[in-house]
This record gives sequence, structure tokens and C-alpha cells, in this order.
Amino acid sequence: MSLLVPLFVVLPLFGAALTLLLGHRSRAQVAVSVVTLSATFVLSAIMLVAVDAGTPLAVSVGGWPLPFGIVLYVDRLAAMLVAISSIVLLAVLLFSVGQGAADGDTDTPISIFHPSYLILAAGIFNSFIAGDLFNLYVGFEILLVASYVLITLGSTESRIRTGTVYIVVSLVSSVVFLSAIAVIYGALGTVNMAQIAERIDEIPPNVQMVLHIMLLVGFAVKAAVFPLSFWLPDSYPTAPAPVTAVFAGLLTKVGVYAIIRTETQLFGESDLNLVLAIIAVLTMIVGILGAIAQAELKRILSFTLVSHVGYMIFGLSIGTAEAIGATAYYMVHHIIVQTTLFLAVGLIERFSGSTSIVRVKGLLSASPLIAVLYFIPAMNLGGLPPFSGFIGKFALFDAAVAVATPVMWVAIGAGILTSLLTLYALMRAWNLSFWRGGDDAADVEAEARYGYLVTAPAADEQGERRVIPRVMTGAALGMVAVTIALTVFAGPLYEICARIGEGLLQPISLVQLENVEQTT
Amino acid sequence: MTVSATLVIVMAVLYALGVFAMLERSLTRVLIGFLLLGNATNLLLLIAMGFPGVSPFYGAQGASDPLPQALMLTAIVITFAVSAFLLALIYRSWQLGEADTVVDDAEDVSLRERAEETEVALDVEEEDAETEDEETTDFTDGEVSPITAAYEAPRDGEARP
Repeated sequence: MSLLVPLFVVLPLFGAALTLLLGHRSRAQVAVSVVTLSATFVLSAIMLVAVDAGTPLAVSVGGWPLPFGIVLYVDRLAAMLVAISSIVLLAVLLFSVGQGAADGDTDTPISIFHPSYLILAAGIFNSFIAGDLFNLYVGFEILLVASYVLITLGSTESRIRTGTVYIVVSLVSSVVFLSAIAVIYGALGTVNMAQIAERIDEIPPNVQMVLHIMLLVGFAVKAAVFPLSFWLPDSYPTAPAPVTAVFAGLLTKVGVYAIIRTETQLFGESDLNLVLAIIAVLTMIVGILGAIAQAELKRILSFTLVSHVGYMIFGLSIGTAEAIGATAYYMVHHIIVQTTLFLAVGLIERFSGSTSIVRVKGLLSASPLIAVLYFIPAMNLGGLPPFSGFIGKFALFDAAVAVATPVMWVAIGAGILTSLLTLYALMRAWNLSFWRGGDDAADVEAEARYGYLVTAPAADEQGERRVIPRVMTGAALGMVAVTIALTVFAGPLYEICARIGEGLLQPISLVQLENVEQTT
Repeated sequence: MTVSATLVIVMAVLYALGVFAMLERSLTRVLIGFLLLGNATNLLLLIAMGFPGVSPFYGAQGASDPLPQALMLTAIVITFAVSAFLLALIYRSWQLGEADTVVDDAEDVSLRERAEETEVALDVEEEDAETEDEETTDFTDGEVSPITAAYEAPRDGEARP
């Protein structure tokens, strides 16, 4: 079974090489990408079932004895995230294939898209299954370099400008992360996560704290946690719709995943929970206030993305097994829902040529299907009761109530407020873009209700309206179906997440890794 | 663990210069800053290895650790690839006639203007209070880009040489 593990990196990289060779034959490229990502999806499902039933999987690459070589390590959390990201990557790939086929390859160099996308997939998988910090760093770099290409795709003026911000910020965070690795190696003599966990207690607490904070700063930039989140709403919205969707769903979550590992398994003893709780509250509130000020759908969603990362940090700051399980569930929910919303906005952009909620109107009567595709994930993100967003938030609040320190009560209050404000921001967009009629009377009414938001000139320009191919709608519909499945199958899913929470509180030990390797 | 003071000082200077250069608006300087930072980090890895100048596996003063050297090599390759990409990005930015400076986000500017309009509408009586033109960084005065001075960007569909 452990032979499966390296495939998640090898397969996409191999596919990337193949698509690069097939540069001028776009149909063959599409076939290779779809087959590769479908294969990883099937394999990840098998791996999730196997890991959940038995023990974690570990592989030492290249045959080096354990503490020296590169270790790939898959526990329940990693297996779950690999499975979820396979679904997202596949759906977004289909969406972009539909878009590319309809556009006739004129304004985006599709031949570059597929290799970069598959390398991005390899980087994401590699980060999730990395068993040592340096391999995690390499995984980050793989996905970041691919994302630099994707965010500047077509290299138009606006994409170059926003891509620059994104790239420079990512570079700084990588340098911080690498410095942290160097300092950790200097202090502990290892970069293997299991060995770090074993040796961390031997060094003085203040040194532990320095190492801990350095790692957290590096990861927090990638996860877009409050003081380090301002690059995100600037850079995501200008990228092509499918690229934004996959970035929003997965890239920040890789950062959150790294923070979860750091908090639970590496630095279990040195305690930053209070700081994390305060940062979580600020992330939630500041993020959502930013969303309310915006008049453009992609930017609204980017800001809600920042604010909802706060929920995951909040869950981590509670520190109990229940809370970590709830965080895992919330993460899965948020990956799926945020991607779906961005796909829906991609459809809106094609259909009406703009994503400004001032300009777009009358969508409900013009295209009821897009309205449904927006409405369901929007309700879900806002946390209305039947949906998975409600379940995730409720589980988080429940775990926080069990701890019941004053900070937790503040954080619960902030969480509820953020949830309501998310609903407000998304429903205001709904009122203006979907419910508002096309005539002037509707504009006057909207102006009376929302004031400056409607009267202000929009910064973007009206684009052309284009037909939406069936594949794009199909991919978005599929993602909405997955969000509903998260709600319907919340029971079994939540049980896995609860086991993730319990598993993460026990540190990985080297002996355990060796045993795993011998038995498989 | 003994550490060479020279290496530590050089590393600190490189970090300081790198951070300083990265704070500029000119992309070329950002690139230089990034290279300095990358090299500072490589030095940090070297320092983490222990006393320098000992052979990796056998030596009179004991063997030095080969692993950080492997890590450094990987880090150097990554820095190299990313710098190549940044150079391409700078070239493209220059080609688009933007010079190579980082510009303010259009949506942010429109939001700021909108907020200022609302403020003006809210307190009309304070109208004659002087409005300060807030700059976003200290580096916006004057030309910071060496490329703009050397090359006049073609405008309005003018033919490119």
C-alpha cells in the first residue's frame, strides 16, 4: 500500500512532462491532464480508505535509512486533504478545459496551462505528504513556481502588476520558511518531523518559541492570516477564473495544513494558543469588513476567503482533539465551497461580461441556473443551518464552549458576527446582481438602499458577454453537488475528522515510522 | 557548536541589505534584494552546519555535516529558477511600458477615493481643513527606476523598434 504514496507526486510530474511535449496538440494535452488527475483521484480515495482503516503510511524515498533520507508520511489528515484536493483539481481542470475550448485558445496560451497546472497539483500533493520540513519547503516551492506562471497567464498588464505583488510576497515567505528550517537544523540537528517532535523538549523554551514563531510567520503569509493577508485580495481577482478558483480553494489551505502540523505535532508543548486566538479573531473581523467595502464579486470572495481562514486558526487555538477535528472538517468544507463560489463567479463573468455587482443585474431571470449555482454555496459559506458551513462552525463553537475561557467567548462572538456579515456581503451581491431588475427604477431603488456602493464608478471595464459551454456549467454543477454531499454525508465525514483530531494530538515517533515501513 | 563570526556578520549584513533593497518599488531592486536574501539564507544553512572548512565526512577536527550542504544546493537551484522567472517578469513589465515599478492596485485606489468622497460628504464644515496627499511609501518621490531613464515607453500604439 505504501507504494501508492510517491505516485501522487510522480504521476502529475510525469503528466506535466507529457503535456509539455504535446504542446501543440491541445486535445491530447487535455486527455493527459484529465487522465492524470482522475487517476490521482481514484488512488487518493483508495489511500484514504486504507489509511483510515489502518495505520499511517510512510515511505523513505531512495532507500536511505529513516532519519537521513526524504520521508513521505501520510496520516488521516494528509490522506483526506489529498483526496479533497484531487476532487477540486479535477473539477477546476474540466471547467478550464470548457473555457479554453470555447475561447479557441486565443487570449490564453493553453499550451503552458496544462503543464503548470499539473506541476501545481504535484506541489500541493507533495506538501501534504511531506514527512520532513525540507520536503515541505520543496513542495511549497513547486506549487508556488507553478502558481507564478498561472497567475500571470497571458501576461497582460493587470496580471503582470498583480502577479508581481503575489510573487514578491511569496518569495519573502519562502525565505522566512527556509531560514526557519536552517535555524531548526542548527538547534535540533534534524529536519525530520518525527525527530523534531522527539527532540524539541531538549532545547530551552525560549529557543523553542523562536523556532515556533519563525515557522508560523512563514506559513501565515501563505495561509493569509490577518497581519500578513493583504497580498491576497490584491492578487487573486485578476487571474483567470479557474486559476483563482483553485488558488482560493487549495493554496491558502496548504499554509493552514502546515500550521496545523506545526501546532499539533511539532510544537505540542510550546504554547501560542492565546496569540493564535487573538489573531484568529482579527483575521475574521478585518477580513469580512474588507469584503463589505468591496463592489466586485471576486474581491468580495477573496476577502471572505481571508476572513474564513480565521475560523481554522480559531479551531487550532482551542487545542483539544474535538477542536482539531472540527478544524479539519471546516477546512474540507471551505476548500470545496470557496472553489465552487469562484467557479460560479467565473460563470457570471462569462455570462454578463463583468463581476462588478454595480454593473451586473437581472441575472435571476436571465440565467436561473447560474443563480442556483451561486446561491447554494453562498448560503453554505454564510453558515445557514442545513449546510456543511453551519455544521463546521457549530462544531468549532461547541469545542470552544467546552474550554470556556474568556478569549474563547470573544472568539465565538467574533465567529458568529463574521458568519452574519459574510451572509450580508454575499446577499447584498445577490440583491444587486440577481434580484435587481434591468430598468432604471430598480437602479434608483438600489441607490437609495446601498448609497455610495452603487453610485461609485466601477474600476473595471465592461467585458464582452460570451457563451458558456456545457462543460463549464457541468463542472460547477458537480462542485455544487459535492458541497451538498458534504452536508448529506456529514456523519461519516465528521467521524473521520474526529479521528484526525485524535491522531494529531499524538506526536509522530521515529520508531512508529520504522514499524510502519516494515509492516507494509 | 563553534560558529565562525565572519560568516555570521556577513549573513547579517546580507539580510539587512536584502530587506532594504526589497522595500523599493523598482522591481530590479526587489530582485537584487531577493538574491541577497537568498544568499543570506544559504549562509545561515552553512552556519547551521557547524564549524566551516572541515571536510564533509572525515577530518582532523571531526567531520562536518553533509546534509545542510544538500539543503543549500536545493535552495540555490530554487533561488536560481525563481530569479530567472522574476527577470522574465521584469522584462515583460518593461515591455508593456509600465517601467519596472510596482503600481498601486486600481480597485484600491477607487475604494480610497470613494471613502474620501464619503468623508467629505459627512463633514462639510471641515472642508477647508488641508488634505494631505498621502504617499504609500517613502520611495515614490522622483524616479526610482533606472530603466525609465534609459527608455521612453511608446504610447498610443506607436510602433515598437
